[in-house]
Amino acid sequence: MSSADLSSIPLKQRLAARGYDGLTLLCLPAILFLLALFIYPFLYGLVLSFEPKQGGIFANYQRFFSDSFLYGTIGTTLWLALPVTIATLVLAIPIAFRVRLMKNQRLLTTILVVPITLGTVLVAEGLLNYLGPQGWFNRTLMTFGIISSPVKLLHNYWGVMLSLVITGFPFTFLLTLSYLSGIDPALEQAGATLGAGPWDRFKHILLPLLLPGLAITFCLSFVQAFSVFPSAVLLGAPSGPTRVISIAAYQAAFEEYDYSMASAVAMIMGVVQLTIVVLVLGVRGLFYRGPAGGGKG
Amino acid sequence: MTINAASFSELRLDRLSRDFGTHNALKDVSLTIKQGEFIALLGPSGCGKSTTLNLIAGLLPATGGGIWLDDKRIDPLRPEERGFGMVFQNYALFPHMSVNKNIGFGLKMRGVPRAEIDKRVAEAAALVRLQGQTEKLPGQLSGGQQQRVAIARAIVVEPPLVLMDEPLSNLDAKLRLEMRAEIRRIHNTLGATTIYVTHDQEEALSLADRIVVLRDGQVRQVGSPEDLFLRPDHLDVAEFMGFRNKVKGKVASVADGKASVAVGDAEISGRAREALSAGAEGFIAIRPEDLHPVAGSQPGLKAQVVSTEFRGREFVGFARMADGTDLSFLAHDKLSPGEAVTLAAEADRVLVYGAVA
Amino acid sequence: MVKDTRLSTKLWAAANWALIGFFVVNLLAMIATVVVSSFSTRWLGTWLPAGWTTRWYSAAWAEFQLYDVLFVTFQIAFLVVFLSGLIGVPAAYALARRDFPGKKLIMLLFLLPLLVPPITFGIPLATVLYQTGFAGSMSGVVLANLVPTVPFVILVMIPFIEQIDTKIESAARVFGANTFQLFIHVLLPLLAPGILAALLLVLVRTLAMFELTFLTAGPTSQTLVVALYYAVFAAGVRAVQSIDAMAVIYMATTLIWLVIALRFVNPTQIVARAKK
Repeated sequence: MSSADLSSIPLKQRLAARGYDGLTLLCLPAILFLLALFIYPFLYGLVLSFEPKQGGIFANYQRFFSDSFLYGTIGTTLWLALPVTIATLVLAIPIAFRVRLMKNQRLLTTILVVPITLGTVLVAEGLLNYLGPQGWFNRTLMTFGIISSPVKLLHNYWGVMLSLVITGFPFTFLLTLSYLSGIDPALEQAGATLGAGPWDRFKHILLPLLLPGLAITFCLSFVQAFSVFPSAVLLGAPSGPTRVISIAAYQAAFEEYDYSMASAVAMIMGVVQLTIVVLVLGVRGLFYRGPAGGGKG
Repeated sequence: MTINAASFSELRLDRLSRDFGTHNALKDVSLTIKQGEFIALLGPSGCGKSTTLNLIAGLLPATGGGIWLDDKRIDPLRPEERGFGMVFQNYALFPHMSVNKNIGFGLKMRGVPRAEIDKRVAEAAALVRLQGQTEKLPGQLSGGQQQRVAIARAIVVEPPLVLMDEPLSNLDAKLRLEMRAEIRRIHNTLGATTIYVTHDQEEALSLADRIVVLRDGQVRQVGSPEDLFLRPDHLDVAEFMGFRNKVKGKVASVADGKASVAVGDAEISGRAREALSAGAEGFIAIRPEDLHPVAGSQPGLKAQVVSTEFRGREFVGFARMADGTDLSFLAHDKLSPGEAVTLAAEADRVLVYGAVA
Repeated sequence: MVKDTRLSTKLWAAANWALIGFFVVNLLAMIATVVVSSFSTRWLGTWLPAGWTTRWYSAAWAEFQLYDVLFVTFQIAFLVVFLSGLIGVPAAYALARRDFPGKKLIMLLFLLPLLVPPITFGIPLATVLYQTGFAGSMSGVVLANLVPTVPFVILVMIPFIEQIDTKIESAARVFGANTFQLFIHVLLPLLAPGILAALLLVLVRTLAMFELTFLTAGPTSQTLVVALYYAVFAAGVRAVQSIDAMAVIYMATTLIWLVIALRFVNPTQIVARAKK
């Protein structure tokens, strides 16, 4: 077709042929909304972080990485987020495998999903009661003679860690379960008829097919745990061992009213999250990632 | 060829049953299969044929009866301990493993040394004509090639028994014919005892040494393809095997394996396939290709033509009898709708059954 | 699934159940602690409180001005639900029905607010909202909460819309329906279950969303969860039981909607859909 022919077709039709028509415009409000309230603030924050209250354009970043009270929060947060992510996965995988075998999954999944709706604040309040020195948890352990004096689980690392596992578990569990349900049961049966026992079926068939999904689950759980805020304040020691990076950002913004510094911390937070995600997704690229079905059908 | 079938002399299903809650999927199925046989389990969907196969494979526990391999009872064994080979309906190839790894999986699970695995996988791949494809993932293969991998994976472990669950149902018509011949060729080469589940009687007739017809979880008939094609034992088996015209009448006479049935004012003679008594209700069963129009003066089924369709050499006709029974038949000439017609078949081609229980 | 009766398999199953049991028991015990505490007269150093009372509920109601807080909370939540449906559903429809250059980029734009945690984008967002004067008021809280919920509605609805046969719409067109009639008579009834499920989940999300509301709310635009945070944060000023009573009220408001939502959708399916 020559260019003359092309130009004789009205622009509207040419656009429609490529998929742009009145209907496509329906997604415009959503796009504009997110550009205005997600992308713009992000870019604004990025620019703002290079416009410190005093000093050169990198002053905020220089301050962050020279003050151990600030740069230390990265390590503190990683030291919380990575074990929490691994713990929720270790908890979620066997439970998902078990639930998959059940005929009626609904009640159990509903109970397991409850912590999502409780939210971080309520879980923190509940744990303050439950894990306290006079709480049911310590009482039970002492009644059974497992411990002689109450275990200190509040206002330290463990309180935050436990609350993050509880609030993070449902999401990790649901993702794992849905990836697991995507694996054709006939594959496991085929493995069995070929002589593979339960462990071999897990190792050679289910696990390799699940790994790419687990990588995604790991990323999403990690990112959530990394941005811990309320439980670190309420259950942890916010000025010491659980002074996480979001506390540093919050203090900069709403206690020092230094939005420029707060934006810098938020950007650093984003970069660390992104780095871990990119690393994990890079490793994921080494696995098989196709559909987990057994063939045509 | 070094792939062999492990030797045993017979596999016995002894009053095998399976309930799903209150539903009896399989009731007291007994069957003996000899080494080297190719057995087809044939029946409409829901007849229990796949259940039987899953019970033999160990993928479902039986709720009654037993399975014996010679004098060894195998039904308490887990599937991985039975050592059978199975080809699944959707092939169930491991999507993350290459063709080689898929085929070699069973050998690896059996702890066969690496070098021997490679050698036997290469042989199996050659047997199913997959050379040059072995480094690909299953997703990169066509349906027919996936089917070949599934077969190679099942036979490479030299199983005493190969189980096939409707393996051709996902292929298009042309490929299905091709793979049918392949399966028969591989069976002839290896001599592995095979149990083949299908709902397609043509497939069963062309592949099997013996066919087991199942219906409602029970065995209706076991016999050679010729037996089933020519001499179905029951009316329902006859219908399933293509005797589509079923006409009710009254048994007029029975003698010497032959019987005649009065339908309207005509008497139709045929071969008696069940115990019959004169005067009782009876049915005749005739294949459409055996039923033809004859001159109105001859004895036959009186009917009115509904329509005819051109099928190349002949016309397929549809007619309705006065009592509403539908008939299909072959005709050399086109007939017009509404025309009265008398249809008859050679006595040898007509089967006579008693009243349905 | 392959049935197995080996001892090791049974032990493993038992260990799994023990793990599930441990998690569920502790979770329920934690919730029970809050509920028991909220009904107790005094509860110090014993298994169960000294006595039972409901007065903390009236105390909490008065002390925390819960009437105002609940009113604000539901105003915000329903505004967020309405607006995210209004913006999200048409966008999901366009994305489900059209393929166009740049669609991948737009999908990424909708995916990011769900992947980036609220506190990370919340701080720059709050900064912008404060500069433009929205923050500190209800409109600021609603705007901030819409950032993750609009993409959420879109991603949940796209697969739901895709499964509706386009021929149904073509048929409606052939029989003379215009776009508006098509929407009212054909699409809305077909999409209703999906929209309902998505919006109920948005409601639960908004009620439980702490970070974004916390960062953008002023004294008169706090939702229940933020009020609860401040109460716990300033614990000691008020009786523990009264805070727990407030926590129970909060729990009830979210759990009711969750239970309703779960009547319409299976939680695994939501995730399976959202992850695509």
